[in-house]
Amino acid sequence: MTTVAPATLPTTEQPRTRPLAWFRHSLVLAGRSLAKTTRNPGPIVNGVITPALFMVLFAYLFGGSVAGSTADYLQYLFPGILVMGAGLAGMVSTGSSINLDLKNGVTDRFRSLPISRIAPLLGSVLADLVRYLLAVAILFAIGALLGFRIQGGLADAVAAAGLAILFGFCLSWVMVFVGVLVRSAEFVLAISFITFLPLQLGSSLAAPVETLPGWLRAWAEINPVTQVMDACRALLNGAPAGDAVATTLIWCAALFVVFCPLAVRAYGRQQ
Amino acid sequence: MTEQGFEAEGLVKAFGKVTALDGVSLAAPRGQVLGVLGPNGAGKTTVIRILATLLRPDGGRASVAGYDVTRQPGQVRRRIALSGQHASVDEELTGRANLVMIGRLLDLTHPQAARRAGELLARFGLEDAAKRPVAGYSGGMRRRLDLAASLVGRPEVVFLDEPSVGLDPGKRDELWQMIRGLSADGVTVLLTTQYLEEADALADAIAVIDHGRVIASGTPAELKSQVGGHTIAVRPNDPADAEATTAILADVAGRAPERSTRHELAVPVTGDEALFEIAARLREQRIGVSELSLRLPSLDEVFLALTGAPATAADNTPEPTKAAS
Repeated sequence: MTTVAPATLPTTEQPRTRPLAWFRHSLVLAGRSLAKTTRNPGPIVNGVITPALFMVLFAYLFGGSVAGSTADYLQYLFPGILVMGAGLAGMVSTGSSINLDLKNGVTDRFRSLPISRIAPLLGSVLADLVRYLLAVAILFAIGALLGFRIQGGLADAVAAAGLAILFGFCLSWVMVFVGVLVRSAEFVLAISFITFLPLQLGSSLAAPVETLPGWLRAWAEINPVTQVMDACRALLNGAPAGDAVATTLIWCAALFVVFCPLAVRAYGRQQ
Repeated sequence: MTEQGFEAEGLVKAFGKVTALDGVSLAAPRGQVLGVLGPNGAGKTTVIRILATLLRPDGGRASVAGYDVTRQPGQVRRRIALSGQHASVDEELTGRANLVMIGRLLDLTHPQAARRAGELLARFGLEDAAKRPVAGYSGGMRRRLDLAASLVGRPEVVFLDEPSVGLDPGKRDELWQMIRGLSADGVTVLLTTQYLEEADALADAIAVIDHGRVIASGTPAELKSQVGGHTIAVRPNDPADAEATTAILADVAGRAPERSTRHELAVPVTGDEALFEIAARLREQRIGVSELSLRLPSLDEVFLALTGAPATAADNTPEPTKAAS
């Protein structure tokens, strides 16, 4: 019986720990991260307030001219806002909190404990999942208040929310990797805000990509966020979403498969 | 069962072009306290990080509780605890929650972890503060909580990196008592410090480290005799007595005293009799003193005696604790 733990531990380890220890440890550390969030709710507020502001701003500023009415435009805009919320709640928290842990010595303690190297990272990302869930729920409530109505079935709506959260989860690993590599938490935040603009706004968020000028359209079409937003939009508006969903899933898998191992390796590396 | 608490042989470690360790060998038998004494940048933290499996040495070998740190890091991690220069506890969590979390990570059940946290909070005098977030703790309380956190798993070997940094003298004494308690429990301790006084107060053996090499080692008594024992300082009540006092000190110590402060005369002495001799002669000549002390040499004096040069921080050595990668 061996634990399903990271490659950094030799296989000669005696299995004092029960199987799935790495997952239990991750849950303990997710609890830690959430407990810290309740005392310092900045990231979650950020993850809700920023997209909510964009939603209100865009809906009332452009709603009339883009879609003829605010209510119609909201039907287009809201799914994108949802994706933005799920992405942002993690982008601004995981990377910088892991970076802080590295700097103030908490990571040294974790690394000197007989726990899997993935646990502190996975713990943080699992806590992010809860944050996305919260952000998505609050955004749905605000959207409904402003007049957004789910056109598809309930299952489709759940699928849309799940897709947004899954994408946020996979995007988190990119920020985890950055957080492990970069020296200061301020720099991590700067990176997440710099990437936020092209990633979240240079997409089909506010208008269909066909209406964008050529250079922006070229970017928006390859931007994975566009795929996620299109998929969620189709699901929430009761339109066929097959291709966009499939592309989103491929993107999620690619982000996860590339950045999760990179982050764990960088984190567990002995200099 | 092994007799060694930990053992390092010829450890070499370089960060880029900077050699942090240049063949460090040191060891402590089970249950003993080894003090590693040296200035900033000497390589103290690097030694600890290698023994705690956080860094891989470029050369040499090290074992902790009988397990090789590079080949069996998991086994080592089950038996060690690390308390770094910064109290690495979570500010936002309560003292109790910090300890319970460590217990859960060490595979204690929730009731077990809570019981262990309670024991340690009591032992370290933190019961009253247990339910408050650490953000409101004083420096001394953080240090104690950090030490408590390192003991949750009943480690066999504990690494303490400059544990008393930033503590005022009263809190430091309190911490020292707790560290002595560890070795009384049979825990092997490696402690780094910049103060001979601290190493002398806590350690069974001391290794002096400079520019990545051990330049002297032995029991505190051996080391003190090597660096010239104690310094006696006298401050006469009446500055007019300075000349007579100087004569007494020069006669007993066999060399001329220096004015260490405006009215204080200090001279290094060997052996314990010098103090009594000086006191007796001061009384004979009816010289009143406001201060008469026997103190250990400072780190600078130790290095002066051992290397002929004062301790200098190697400024270009990177601080490994702060390196993120």
